[in-house]
Amino acid sequence: MGDQVLSAESLSVRGRSATVRKLFDGLMPVLVGVGVFVAVAFLVSLLLYVFSVGIGRLSPTLVTNYPSANPQEAGMRSAILGSFFTVGLSALICIPLSIATAIYLTEYAGGKWWSQVLRYNIANLAGVPSIVFGVVGLGFLVYGLGLGRSVIAGAFTLAILTLPYVTVTCVEAIRTVPDDQRFGAYALGATTFEVVRYVVLPRALPMMLTGGILGISRALGEAAPILVISGLLFIREDPTSPLSEFTVMPLQLYNWISRPQLAFQQLAAAGIIVLLAMLLALNALAIYLRQRYYRRLEAG
Amino acid sequence: MGTPGTPIYLRSNSISRRRIVNRVAQALFLSASLVSTAALVVIFVTLFSESVAFFTHVSIIEFLTGTKWTALFAEKHFGILPLLNATLITSAIAVAFATPAGLAAGIYLSEYAGKRTRSLLKPVVETLSGIPTVVYGYFALYFLTPQLLRNVLPGIGVHNALAVGLMIGVLVLPIVASLSDDAMRAVPEDLRLAAYSLGARKYQVVLRVVVPAALSGIVASVILAFARAMGETMIAAIAGGFRPVLTFDVTESMQTMPAYIAQVATGDAPHGTIEYQSLFAVGLFLLLITAALNFIGIRVVRRWEIRY
Amino acid sequence: MAMSDLVRAVSGREEVDSGITFDDAVIRVRDLAVRYRGRYAIKGISIDFRRNHITAIIGPSGCGKSTLLRSLNRMNDLIPGAEVEGKVLYHDVDVYSKEVDPVALRSRIGMVFQRPNPFPMSIFDNVAFGLRVNGLKLTKSEMYQRVKEALVKAALWDEVKDRLDAHAYSLSGGQQQRLCIARALAVEPEVLLLDEPTVSLDPISTAKIEELLISIKKDYTIVIVTHNMLQAARVSDYTAVMMPDEEMVGRLIEFGPTKEVFTRPRDRRTEAYIAGRIG
Repeated sequence: MGDQVLSAESLSVRGRSATVRKLFDGLMPVLVGVGVFVAVAFLVSLLLYVFSVGIGRLSPTLVTNYPSANPQEAGMRSAILGSFFTVGLSALICIPLSIATAIYLTEYAGGKWWSQVLRYNIANLAGVPSIVFGVVGLGFLVYGLGLGRSVIAGAFTLAILTLPYVTVTCVEAIRTVPDDQRFGAYALGATTFEVVRYVVLPRALPMMLTGGILGISRALGEAAPILVISGLLFIREDPTSPLSEFTVMPLQLYNWISRPQLAFQQLAAAGIIVLLAMLLALNALAIYLRQRYYRRLEAG
Repeated sequence: MGTPGTPIYLRSNSISRRRIVNRVAQALFLSASLVSTAALVVIFVTLFSESVAFFTHVSIIEFLTGTKWTALFAEKHFGILPLLNATLITSAIAVAFATPAGLAAGIYLSEYAGKRTRSLLKPVVETLSGIPTVVYGYFALYFLTPQLLRNVLPGIGVHNALAVGLMIGVLVLPIVASLSDDAMRAVPEDLRLAAYSLGARKYQVVLRVVVPAALSGIVASVILAFARAMGETMIAAIAGGFRPVLTFDVTESMQTMPAYIAQVATGDAPHGTIEYQSLFAVGLFLLLITAALNFIGIRVVRRWEIRY
Repeated sequence: MAMSDLVRAVSGREEVDSGITFDDAVIRVRDLAVRYRGRYAIKGISIDFRRNHITAIIGPSGCGKSTLLRSLNRMNDLIPGAEVEGKVLYHDVDVYSKEVDPVALRSRIGMVFQRPNPFPMSIFDNVAFGLRVNGLKLTKSEMYQRVKEALVKAALWDEVKDRLDAHAYSLSGGQQQRLCIARALAVEPEVLLLDEPTVSLDPISTAKIEELLISIKKDYTIVIVTHNMLQAARVSDYTAVMMPDEEMVGRLIEFGPTKEVFTRPRDRRTEAYIAGRIG
């Protein structure tokens, strides 16, 4: 290699294989860009298809009516309310638990061995398939504790299902609080609880709530666990108490999707639009909160 | 705060009250964090106890090796292989799709995309895993199979494993993309510089240095994606159908383990019946496999992380 | 061979800072300036690097030594926002001209970095990496020979000859750095650039590397950036001194045979720098 006459040509692309390499180098970003392209293409085509089928079927009755054998009259009212109550209740259970767990893991048990065990358990919980949560909920909550196929059984199941995700988000939120702040408080003789209450929580809370909202948005889309707990019931009334029977939106959609008639396909598509719109709104809310939080952080 | 003149560091009423408050809070927080552990215990105990009941009626050997699953018929056989086979096939298809596409996306995001492009595209890719799976099922059944797959494979059934696999692949693609992206971004810049200084072109740096260095993270992402694919219910239930037959023909309908559970749940399995108990046996079996996969996945990441 | 400050007076150009040119210079830098996002890091650098000799570049931290080094093999191209002005002539070809492919250039001008950065592969694969990546068609035994030669030159062969398949990270820090040197040498570059190669190593490893540099200089042209003046004094034939000016832009203030620079420096600042660090 070192003996060649040195000239501009010899320092430029050398040999045929070098040309090939140069060409390939230029192609590479396109090749790997295909991966992202495929993902985006699927997303876009899915949204377009659902919209094209369902947009015509959108109407107020979709939201105000109960399910019916007649696709023209059918609506998701009971499912919407069922989702609202079940997911809402699960959030009320899950979010405080997650915050408390996150606080314990970071502020109290930081370096100790059992915090490792706890984290490990949370990771394991995250890996359990969602339908298994439903099966366990059926055996333990519905029959074992005798809660029946009720809103509360569904809420507990969803709460445990989303617990790992929201907990991790809360831990990350707490981690954004710099140690300096804590040390300042400790140095003044504050107890850990006081540090949490006056220093950590105020700063971490917005991000935690964002995580909670995202957890809710995940729970809203879950069909499998509720399918096992509640079954595919024909609910024609509003849920009135935590012990009521219920259904949720994704399940109602599953019901309609399973019917071959075109009218039900359209109905399902319209229902999907409603569900996606809700999820979009929730995620937008989360992003909005995140922006506001960052602005406060800059100012504060 | 104690009487004036008392040194502040000596115990006084209000300080010990604050300590008590702290202790109580600590106990409360601890109990909260034990919920996740308790949940795991409940999961395993519940699954085990009903499975034990199940296995008093059905031999474990038949369960693990039998090739007939006729749980909901009059003459009942409980060989899990058809369900297991369907689960593995659909998950394999999903991973076969998600791995190259996800890895390519991860490489693009990590090594080629500019800051702004990345901040735009990464959330878009991650949205894919945020779409409710019933929507994917709908898309697979009413669009993917009739409009796309039928053009390539005209004989394909309304319910088929290929559509299920592809759709689950789209669902888990973000897992591979995101974790691979993280793994590659963690590779020290030093190594890239060294490769450039030896006369490597960018694609050589990426393929010969970065990807191999990030391999553990990439492999872990694939394993985790596979585990997630195995547990996916709605797509399989909607687009895969309820045909518990041992077959390798992906154009046919086949029933995965989660889809079987969904089928039973859709029907009526009174408490205490063998159908009811089969839910737990299948659920336990599914959980054990996915837990093993997740365990391996996490281990793989850890073993290579030590290398840095 | 050596020219005096007459050059400066006659040409009237501020840039020929070094005042010395060589007929057998492999790289000639003329009026080189580098900007990062608009801000000058180094300016007005002119220097010749003489074939088969070791040139050291010394100076306080942040004076642009590494920037100068990186400009020689166009590693600056990889830093976003880096702009280069002036010329770097490698065998009378400006490496920044459009016809020159930086990738090909880097197989002629190799680099060793501050912290050892072997690839997470076997020792053999590390050394062979450059050969494979440059598309050389070598048989297995040819590859083995090249790897062995490189490891011998880097004074590492005896220590690893029985475990070429061992992972590079199983080596000590000093061994890893010698591995990086072997890796760079395997491509048989003409020039070897070293950016503070021993700063993270213990004294014994440092000594080994200094020895090997001296032993290979007859086949290579070596440029070594170091903040350790004793090292520069031990190892190099020529020394260039860089200093930041009032605007914190790096300038070349002194260049000459190492002995002269250290015993009779021409610039007051050099004297002060040397006195401060050694004295």
